[in-house]
Amino acid sequence: MSVVTQSRPARTAGGRASQARPRRRVSAGRVGRVLALLLLAVMVLFPVYYTVVGSVMGPGDIASSPPSLIPHVLTFDNYRGVFHAIPLGRQYFNSTLVAVTITVAQVVCAVLSAYAFVFLAMPFRRAFFALFMLTLMVPWEAIIIPNYLFMAEHQLRNNYLALMLPFLAGGFGTFLLRQSFRSFPVELRDAATLDGAGHARFLLQILLPLSRPALASVAIFVFLSAWNQFFWPLLVTDSPKMQTLQIGLSSLNDAEQANPGLILAGVTMALIPTALLVALGQRFLVRGLTAGAVR
Amino acid sequence: MGRERLLSLALLLPSLAVFALFLFWPLVRTFRLSTTGQDLFGRANRSVGLANFKAVLHDPEFTRVLGVTAGYVLLTVLPSILLALLLALLLQHPLSGLRVLRSAFAMPFAYSVAAASVVFAALFNPAIGIANYLVTSLGFAPVDWLTKPGTALISIAITTIWMSLGYNMLVLLAGIGGVDEQLYEAARLDGAGTLRIAWSITIPMITPTLFFLVVVDTIHALQSFGQIHLLTRGGPTGHTTTLVYWIYHTAFANGASDYGTGSAQAIVLLVVVIAVTAIQFGVLERKVFYR
Repeated sequence: MSVVTQSRPARTAGGRASQARPRRRVSAGRVGRVLALLLLAVMVLFPVYYTVVGSVMGPGDIASSPPSLIPHVLTFDNYRGVFHAIPLGRQYFNSTLVAVTITVAQVVCAVLSAYAFVFLAMPFRRAFFALFMLTLMVPWEAIIIPNYLFMAEHQLRNNYLALMLPFLAGGFGTFLLRQSFRSFPVELRDAATLDGAGHARFLLQILLPLSRPALASVAIFVFLSAWNQFFWPLLVTDSPKMQTLQIGLSSLNDAEQANPGLILAGVTMALIPTALLVALGQRFLVRGLTAGAVR
Repeated sequence: MGRERLLSLALLLPSLAVFALFLFWPLVRTFRLSTTGQDLFGRANRSVGLANFKAVLHDPEFTRVLGVTAGYVLLTVLPSILLALLLALLLQHPLSGLRVLRSAFAMPFAYSVAAASVVFAALFNPAIGIANYLVTSLGFAPVDWLTKPGTALISIAITTIWMSLGYNMLVLLAGIGGVDEQLYEAARLDGAGTLRIAWSITIPMITPTLFFLVVVDTIHALQSFGQIHLLTRGGPTGHTTTLVYWIYHTAFANGASDYGTGSAQAIVLLVVVIAVTAIQFGVLERKVFYR
């Protein structure tokens, strides 16, 4: 600390006089940085470019050898074709319904349990919380067989319930909201109690409106994982009309190998909601991703 | 019990009900299934003790599956984190006009495992894929990326590295953003250059973040399924069959329904995931700098 306080004036004083030399060094480094970034950008972003551009290429472009990287003719045939190859509209609806239901349910469950953990007297609080954390440690793949059998035994295969039920609650949201609720100012809580606000009013009118960033993190994160699921929907659905978009992409990949443009049109459509969330919700996303890592 | 205590339990109830039905009970049932064998009708209801575990451990496939799983983890986790670290270090001070790159580099995170795998399947296509276009332009012979034992796992790993890059970079940028600005100032005054600052300040200060990523990415890698299913189906001849894909193969693929053996394999997975997590916490945490 002392080093820094002492050094501050030194920097301001020496700053202007000695700027000429470091400037040139910085700009050389700057050029290097820009070049490195551009090279990496080409590598990392090429698959994204190929997804979108390939989806508007005709077979003459995309399936040619050597492959052309720029479309010579723009065509939307792939987008028309993909609706014939798989029930894309229906699968889009399925994915949306399943992901939105799971998101709403998980947020509600997480709000209730996080509230109970933070603001209410609870018997065996530590044991219950450990139980919630345990759910984060069990790999879903290790318990997928009995879960599959449960759905099969109850004739729930090819049913929306099978796609939703296991994910209506999750430890992650509770964990993240609990952290957020714990940093809620005690004075505000006391003031609300003095005003005669009960639990419901405090939760709905004061706590939740002030916890919107944390709620957004949970919602975005849960929606992305629900929308992107693959293994479970693959197991519990085999009728195309009940499958999600992700399984639709898999069928496209199996059936349309000779027609990559069609597959890429499907991928582009499936990407729309998640790309929007990643681009617009990045701030909230990072908060959710790093819960527990960055303090 | 007081009203508030009852209320607190009532609020936990929705979550607990879901956990009980789809997590805790299945966990118990996995253990029970792992000691059952199938009757003549394929129903798993015959107790066989530890026979399934014996069969799994003595299966010649088992060693290969563990090797493939370990190879896949090694090929994906560190390369992806190092590449993401390079990106994050380059992006930490947004350059004018390049701010948009941050969002662009995060885009792989928007790809589901199915979306990414399907795109990379096209890129790795031996006849019309870009990968072979590059290889042949450099004067090499075209490669059968997904169907040759030597390259199949590497191709899946490349897909996974690409997919996890956006996530890793976002997390690392958040970690770098949390480093005290005064440390940089002090270092600059001492005449430290950009590389020296990155090596001696940024990286040591974000070790907790790096550690978090190693743990999370390893667990993710151990659970990978979609990219294997879509790119190679575990082939050629088992060369990309990881633990999770082995479970799928035993219990579900091509009309298989050996739930007993599959559950024994699932418990191996459970043990491996828990062991890896414990080892990482034990070994790595001592080398991590915590504020």
